[in-house]
Amino acid sequence: MRFTFFFREALRSLKRNAMPSFAAMVTVLVTILVLGVFIPIVQATTGAADEIRGKLLIDVYLRTDAKPADVARVRTLLADKTPNVKSVQFVSKEAAYAREKARFPDQYELLGKTNPLPDTFRVTPINPDKISEIRNSLLPVAGGGTVAVDPAIEEVKNRRDQTAKILEATNFIKITMALLASLLALASVLLIANTIRLSLFARRREIEVMKLVGATDSFIRWPFIIEAIIVGGLGALMAISLLAVGKVAILDPFAETFALIAAPETLNFGLLIAILLAAAIGVSAAGSTLSLRRFLRV
Amino acid sequence: MKTTQHKIPTARPSGQRPSGAVVKPVGARPVIGGASSDRVIEFRGVTKLYDGGDIGLDHATFGVEQGEFVFLVGHTGSGKSTIMRLLIKEVQASSGVVNVAGHDLAEIKRKKVPYYRRNIGVVWQDFKLLPNRTVYNNVAYALLVTGHSRKQIREKVPDILRLTGLSTKLHNYPDQLSGGEQQRVSIARAFVNHPPLLLCDEPTGNLDPETSIGIMQLLYRINKTGTTVVVATHDHAMVDKMRRRVIELSAGRIIRDEAAGLYSRDESTREFAVRMRGARLGQPEDS
Repeated sequence: MRFTFFFREALRSLKRNAMPSFAAMVTVLVTILVLGVFIPIVQATTGAADEIRGKLLIDVYLRTDAKPADVARVRTLLADKTPNVKSVQFVSKEAAYAREKARFPDQYELLGKTNPLPDTFRVTPINPDKISEIRNSLLPVAGGGTVAVDPAIEEVKNRRDQTAKILEATNFIKITMALLASLLALASVLLIANTIRLSLFARRREIEVMKLVGATDSFIRWPFIIEAIIVGGLGALMAISLLAVGKVAILDPFAETFALIAAPETLNFGLLIAILLAAAIGVSAAGSTLSLRRFLRV
Repeated sequence: MKTTQHKIPTARPSGQRPSGAVVKPVGARPVIGGASSDRVIEFRGVTKLYDGGDIGLDHATFGVEQGEFVFLVGHTGSGKSTIMRLLIKEVQASSGVVNVAGHDLAEIKRKKVPYYRRNIGVVWQDFKLLPNRTVYNNVAYALLVTGHSRKQIREKVPDILRLTGLSTKLHNYPDQLSGGEQQRVSIARAFVNHPPLLLCDEPTGNLDPETSIGIMQLLYRINKTGTTVVVATHDHAMVDKMRRRVIELSAGRIIRDEAAGLYSRDESTREFAVRMRGARLGQPEDS
């Protein structure tokens, strides 16, 4: 009884205040539309940046005379005792030889049977930002130069200049995107909250009368919250259908052309819809509750 | 005019009142147990200072018995509305005690205020109707708030609207009604719960004299059902004709508390109306 009453009250006031409700709904629609376009762009960009960073590796070269025992020892050292290591891939000198020979058959013809290549471990870091940590732990600074922690390690390479540039560029992109995204989210919340405040302000007399007649705060509040949920939900649903049309009509045909869009982790459309819907409804309901507080103090 | 007159120079009333209807001598400290059981309203040394230093009420002390019809008169800013606002706990007294039906209003918690307000009907000068509801729904809202079922609402609302003479306007919106009709809706809303106390703040302030008499007649009829009615007004002519108890305020002080006098309590609504119109009009058109 209570809920149906509140629900009917909400629908009634939506009907009687059609214009402000419509304005609030359009605000939600536009905001969600902008967010819905922008969030995938942020995701795609940071996804691309992360992909580039994921390609950062450290190569650990062993001495050419390393025995299988040495290989096993270094593998444990890398996998278990070194910080920030995500995975270790072993490239044996034979495998390296075969690959290089396939790439440069003529040159390797000249070498004959001799194999100048060392056994190599390719180490993928957990956090690309701290890639130098791995290097420092394998080649601690001692005296004037550096000495490898294990005698079998000949050299540790992380192509330092390149790494620094990649990290810097991708960091910049990620920070910019995060900043833009949070600004946009903040603007959306403020815009929706303000629209709600305006429509409540127009009805503050009504709220005052309700209070003076002896209505409890929650009795007044619930219809407003339900109203906000309906407005927010409708606005978000319309925005999402527009987005879906946009995705089918514009994005999908180009998916093959643009690698960025096709990138697997770019976006999960279902999740995006759920987040946008929940955010629209949540912000509307919360905004309505907060704005009401002022007018309920009678 | 056949009324006992008592000039009260300060907020502290003195002397005995032969009619016994009005103020009992109550000091800053109550002698025994505070309010007597049939006293609906009791103000003891109530002062209200608004933010900014305006004096709303200055050491006001008075009491209203159950079933009384009391006028609060005075110029704008004399404190009439402050008394009303104190009574519905829209504002808090700066000092002193406001008792309604034996409850100290200062002890009612914010959350309980809505429940308290349901025991008081209030009528305002500007009607304060909900603009986007019909007459029927405006009155029904007061019942919905108190948790009445739809069945009860269907029974009570038409009854009270018949009493207030609005049976034909059920489905009109407030802006389609005249001022007098809107005020009747607001009285219907205030009285539909049959509260023991009805407060009217300038109920005829926006109405012409003839319409005002109709409204006062309605309030008189409500008072006859046993409801205590307090009317704030600055319409002296009306007050003089009504011959009820008058509390006059000036600059927040009670300067006169004049008892009801020797009129017949059983005056019918029709007789009342005839008297109110000064018997010039012959037969009143409604009763």
